[in-house]
Amino acid sequence: MSKDSQGPLWEVFVQKKAGQPFVHCGSLHAYDKEMALENARDLYTRRSEGSALWVVPAAAIVASSPEDIGPFFEPANDKVYRHPTFYQIPEGVKYI
Amino acid sequence: MSNAVDVEKNFNSKLEKNDFVEPKDWMPENYRKHLIRQISQHAHSEIIGMLPEGNWISRAPSLRSKMVLLAKVQDEGGHGLYLYTAAETLGISRDELLGALHTGKAKYSSIFNYPTLTWADIGAVGWLVDGAAIMNQVMLQRTSYGPYSRAMIRICKEESFHQRQGYEIMCRLSFGTEAQKEMAQDALNRWWFPTMMMFGPPDKDSPNSEQAIKWRIKRETNDELRQKFVDRTVEQAEFLGLTIPDKNLKWNETKKGYDFSEPNWEEFYNVIKGNGPCNKERLEARNKAHSDGAWVREAAMAYAEKKKENILAA
Amino acid sequence: MTTQEALFKYTLRLSDTSLILAQRLSEWTSKGPFLEEDLALTNIALDILGQANSLLEYAAKTEGKGRSSDDLAFFRNEREFYNTLLVEQPNGDYAQTILRQCLIDNFDLLFYQELAKSKDETLAAIAAKSIKEITYHVRHTSSWVDRFGNGTEESHTRIQNALNELWRFTDELFEMNEVDAVLLKEKIAVDLQAIKPLWKKQVDAILEKANLKLPETVFMQTGSRNAKHTEHLGYILAEMQYLPRMHPTAKW
Repeated sequence: MSKDSQGPLWEVFVQKKAGQPFVHCGSLHAYDKEMALENARDLYTRRSEGSALWVVPAAAIVASSPEDIGPFFEPANDKVYRHPTFYQIPEGVKYI
Repeated sequence: MSNAVDVEKNFNSKLEKNDFVEPKDWMPENYRKHLIRQISQHAHSEIIGMLPEGNWISRAPSLRSKMVLLAKVQDEGGHGLYLYTAAETLGISRDELLGALHTGKAKYSSIFNYPTLTWADIGAVGWLVDGAAIMNQVMLQRTSYGPYSRAMIRICKEESFHQRQGYEIMCRLSFGTEAQKEMAQDALNRWWFPTMMMFGPPDKDSPNSEQAIKWRIKRETNDELRQKFVDRTVEQAEFLGLTIPDKNLKWNETKKGYDFSEPNWEEFYNVIKGNGPCNKERLEARNKAHSDGAWVREAAMAYAEKKKENILAA
Repeated sequence: MTTQEALFKYTLRLSDTSLILAQRLSEWTSKGPFLEEDLALTNIALDILGQANSLLEYAAKTEGKGRSSDDLAFFRNEREFYNTLLVEQPNGDYAQTILRQCLIDNFDLLFYQELAKSKDETLAAIAAKSIKEITYHVRHTSSWVDRFGNGTEESHTRIQNALNELWRFTDELFEMNEVDAVLLKEKIAVDLQAIKPLWKKQVDAILEKANLKLPETVFMQTGSRNAKHTEHLGYILAEMQYLPRMHPTAKW
C-alpha cells in the first residue's frame, strides 16, 4: 500500500429494525474498525434506514464465481420435494 | 463456459433479456472501460458539484435554507461516494479515480464550471441542474451493470428532495420583492443554456451514444432527454412568471413538444477543454482539500497499523 | 434582572454557541480530508445547526417582542451575540477543528445531561434530544484525537499545537454571571462550576490516551458573557448576515 491512500474497502449491512435480516446496502473506505462503523452510520443511516449495522472488510468476503452458477445452484432446481407444494394432502384436512 | 464465443454470447443474451451484469461476470473490455469512464465521471461530477453549492452555505439567508443546503451538499458527497465504490467493483481503486480527477485527466459535468454568483443561483442549480441530472439518473436506474444500477436507485431516492429545494427557492424569489425577482430571472438567464448542454452534444455528433445504448449503459439519447427536459420545464418557468431566455422557444403541435434553440456548442467544447469560468478554481479547490488532508489520512493509516500490531491498547 | 430576561440571555448563550459553531464546521463541507470524514463532520454540523434553530426559536418566544429565530440570527450585531469565544476561533487545520470539537462535545454532554433536568420544560426537552446527538459526537471526535495523538509524528505535533492554541478559551465555558444566579435559583440553569471537575477529568483521560500535554502557562481569555468577542466574530457575522440585511423586507 502506498503511503497516501484512502484505506481499505468495507462492506456495509443494515438491519432496518430488530427481527429483520441484515441487508447489504453499499461500501465505504475506512482505516480501522471503529471508523468503518462510524462512517457506515454517517453514510447509510442518514435517513433513519437502520437500527443495527455490520461492517465487514471487503477482503474478508469469500464469493462464488459466475462459473459456479451451474454446479452450485442448478442441482437444487429439480429437488421439488423440498417445497410444501410437492405434497398432496386430502381436502378438508386442516392446520397442515 | 469455456470459450470466448460462448462467454460473449452469454453476455449479449443477458443484455437482450434485460438481465444485469455483475462484477465477476465476463464482460467485453470496452464495456468495462466505458463503464469506468462513465461512472467515474458521474462520481467526479457529484464531488465537484459540492463546490458551487457549498459556496453559499455560509451565506444562506435563513436558518432553514442553511440547514437544507448543508444537507443537500452532504448528499452530493454521499452520491459521489456510492458511485466511486460502484466503479471500484470494476477493478480500479479510489486512489486511481481521485488521481485522475486531481490531475485533470478525468472529466466531470461541465455545468459545475459555471459560478454561483447570487443566492438565486442556488435555486436555479437545484431546479434546472438537478432537474436535468435526475432525468439522466432515473434512466440509469435500469442500466445493465448491477452495482451502478443499485447506486443509482439509492441516489434517485435521496435526490428526490433536491429539485424541490431548488424550485422552492425560485418560488420565494419570484413571488418576493422586485430585487428578488430580478435575481431569479438573472439566474435563469445564466443557467438555462449551460443546463441544456448537460445532456451532451446532439445525437449526430455523439459517437459513443449508440454503443452505450446497445450495452444498456445509457437508455435514452441526448436529444430525447433534452427534449423531455424542455417540455417539462417551460410550464414550471411560466408558473414562476419567469422568461426562458430563448426567443425560438415555441410549442410545436405536430411533434407535441417545444422547438428551441441549440445551445452554443462551441462554448460547450471550450468549457470541456478547461476554459470555462471556474475550471481552474474547481480543480484547485479539490487538489487543496486533498493535499491538506494527506497528513490526516497518513495518521489514520499509521494508527490502524499500530492497532493491528497491538502497539496501542484497545 | 427578571427571570424572563435572564432566560432570554441564557438561551441566546446556548443558541449562539451552536449557531457559530455550526457556521464554522460547515466551512469544511466539500473540503474534508477524505470523503467519508467530510460527510461525518457535516453530520455533526447539521446536528448542531438543528440545536441552534430550536434554541433560537425558544429565545425568540421567550423575548416576546415578535422577533423570529431568523431575526435573532441575522439582525443582531457583534455586541449582541453571546456564543463562547472557543467556537468562533478559526478552523485551523483538521487537528484544530477536531480538538475544538472534542473539548466542546465533552462539555456539551455534561451540560445537556444536567439541562435535561431543568425546571424549564422547553430547555429540558431540547437538551434531552441533544444528548443522543452529542454522545455520538463525543465518540467520533475523541477517537480522532486518539488517532492524531497516536498516529504519526506530524499528526501528534499538530494536535498538540491545537491544544496549546485553544486551551486558553476553555475556562470561559464555566463562567457564570447574574444570568446564571437568577436562573439557578429557579432551578432552570446548570451549575457550571459543578460540572467543571467532571469535564476536566474526562478531557484529561482523552488527552492522556492520546499522549498530549496541557500547556503550562496559559492566560485564560474571557468576555463572551458580556458579548465581548475576539475579532473573528465580526467576519463570521458579516458573511452570514449580509444577504438578509441587504434586503431587510425580503422573505427567504
